Amino acid sequence: MNRDSSRPEAAGRRASPGSVRRDFQPWNDPAAKPLVEFRNVTKRFGAVVAVDRLSLSIHAREFFALLGPSGCGKTTLMRLLAGFEQPDEGEILLDGIDITAVPPHRRPVNMMFQSYALFPHMSVGDNIAYGLKREGLPKVEIAARVDAMLGRVRLKGMEKRRPDQLSGGQRQRVALARALVKQPKLLLLDEPLGALDKKLREETQYELMDLQADLGLTFMVVTHDQDEAMTMADRMAVMDHGRLLQIAPPDLIYEAPASRFVAEFVGDINLIAGKVTAIEGDLVTLESQTLGVIELDEDAPTCRPGDALTVGLRPEKIALSHDEPAQAINKVAGEIWDIGYLGDMTMVQVMVGGDDGKLFKVSLTNRTRRIERPFAWEDKVWLSWDVEAGMVLAS
Amino acid sequence: MSTPVPRSGGTGRGLLVAAIPYLWLLAFFLAPFVIVLRIALSDAATDQPPYAPHFPGFGQLGEFLSALDLENFRLLGDDPLYWQSYLSSLRIAGLTTLIALAIGYPLAHAMALAPKRWQGILLVLVILPFWTSFLIRVYAWIGILRPDGLLDMALMGIGLTSEPLRLLNTDAAVLIGMVYSYLPFMVLPLFSTLQKLDGTLLEAASDLGATPLTTFLTVTLPLSIPGILAGSALVFIPAIGEFVIPDLLGGSDTLMVGKVLWNEFFSNRDWPLASAVAIVLLVVLVLPLMLLQRARGQGEGGVR
Repeated sequence: MNRDSSRPEAAGRRASPGSVRRDFQPWNDPAAKPLVEFRNVTKRFGAVVAVDRLSLSIHAREFFALLGPSGCGKTTLMRLLAGFEQPDEGEILLDGIDITAVPPHRRPVNMMFQSYALFPHMSVGDNIAYGLKREGLPKVEIAARVDAMLGRVRLKGMEKRRPDQLSGGQRQRVALARALVKQPKLLLLDEPLGALDKKLREETQYELMDLQADLGLTFMVVTHDQDEAMTMADRMAVMDHGRLLQIAPPDLIYEAPASRFVAEFVGDINLIAGKVTAIEGDLVTLESQTLGVIELDEDAPTCRPGDALTVGLRPEKIALSHDEPAQAINKVAGEIWDIGYLGDMTMVQVMVGGDDGKLFKVSLTNRTRRIERPFAWEDKVWLSWDVEAGMVLAS
Repeated sequence: MSTPVPRSGGTGRGLLVAAIPYLWLLAFFLAPFVIVLRIALSDAATDQPPYAPHFPGFGQLGEFLSALDLENFRLLGDDPLYWQSYLSSLRIAGLTTLIALAIGYPLAHAMALAPKRWQGILLVLVILPFWTSFLIRVYAWIGILRPDGLLDMALMGIGLTSEPLRLLNTDAAVLIGMVYSYLPFMVLPLFSTLQKLDGTLLEAASDLGATPLTTFLTVTLPLSIPGILAGSALVFIPAIGEFVIPDLLGGSDTLMVGKVLWNEFFSNRDWPLASAVAIVLLVVLVLPLMLLQRARGQGEGGVR
């Protein structure tokens, strides 16, 4: 299921494999002890299996993102970690200790709630100090730590305000500060940016990443927003129906998805049915009804000649031209049916193989300020792509 | 967002809507109050109605007004019976409120925590006593509390007591009857406040290291203060003027304003004095209520 771990060479080919922090890959180190470990955890709600025999390791200082459609069990997974739910089977380890039976208030794990769950009857300062007071710390230390945290999340001077006197972005930062000030071994963030508008969301993403790196904490973010997950995470897991379909750094999830579901869930993709005709080293040759003969470069392909399979082709990896490309293979003629202009890029839909053929998505980056666009509706065009562009997808 | 409404028609309708509660207050609170105040300032007389002077018409308004005086209020201050009955009423109503809160809070809390499908049934159970006449329920308590009544029989039967408790016709019996009768008025507002309480706040508290008890004391309790205040007001206000329960369950020494009022009206036929008693009671009630209203206004920021 986890393709990158079974195929380390897949990672080796890329300049900066996985993490943006080049030397940070504890998941590839067999000696590294994970901070969090799920061992065969199952959680049912009546007849619904929310988490299904799930195993997962998260390492210290990792920024881990859990991505999935609503109802996939990602929130349950997080609540299991916080202690609000008890697993029906399996165990959850934190720092090597089984915490399955530990109640939430004794776990060194803190959570930032999607709704923020700020105490409406307390000031910002009291909200942030709440967790420290429960630890019975001296007043002076509490005041100092709250003050430092207020500075950290840029809320200095707001400590006397009530949550309802704050903007959405400020409330989000109070919620973050309230959880961070406890210096948890693991911080859980449930859709942390979900309630913010787009501009603020982008800004806050980078703030969260800086905070996590500066404080040396471990973050686990649950989100349904793939941009959010891909921007922030060292590794991300794609979840569906209570199971983890792939756990990998964002670029591997995108460029080498473990399955058709992952490929379709993360980013746009064109799917092509084909039949393997020949395999020569890493080069797989397929015969497709719509595209004719196509070739793709797979690392150590596991398919055999005669296999029927699905090939995925990301829209940005396809080139579009009016003239027939010089290359002999991996090209097809079509007609433009739709053009969606998005400013930074243009999404073109090309019909291949006649009116009842297959619609291909091709994205073009708008690198110049040319107003006159090179393509128009009903243009006859050619699609072409490199052998590295296509990927074989397990169904 | 809103559909444009012709300006004059809109404000006219707005005024009408705003005026209805004021008209209501004018007709059913202010007007009766003025009448009672006018009687309180008159003198008792063997007449029909039994006070003097009668209103002679607007021509002799000055003469009429000069005949009114504060003599009845002076009497209330002079005779210890009256202020003692006020204090006793305050004490009994206060105790009733505290006991009802002590019983009602856990009850409402348990109801709010119960599964959603049970809450409707539990709510009906709280309101169920209202389906029987109030008077009959108080009479039933006589049967329970009287010597050798149901309570004594039960307690002596299991050997907890060896002789009758003689609860009937004591202040304790009055308290039992009052708490029983007014408990629903405490439970209902508390339940509605506690039910609205955001469960993630409790999870957040526990996530931040609060034990269940600390969570209750620092989150649940402060956020249910509006319900506590509303329930307490709904119990305290009718309890302080209660007449039937002290009359039926209380003893001859149970002193409450409601009984004093009744005696002045019906035994002594002293309407002016009875009116003065009622007006002082109103002032005693209105002042704490105004304070309550202010406290709620300030607390509003906390509850959204």
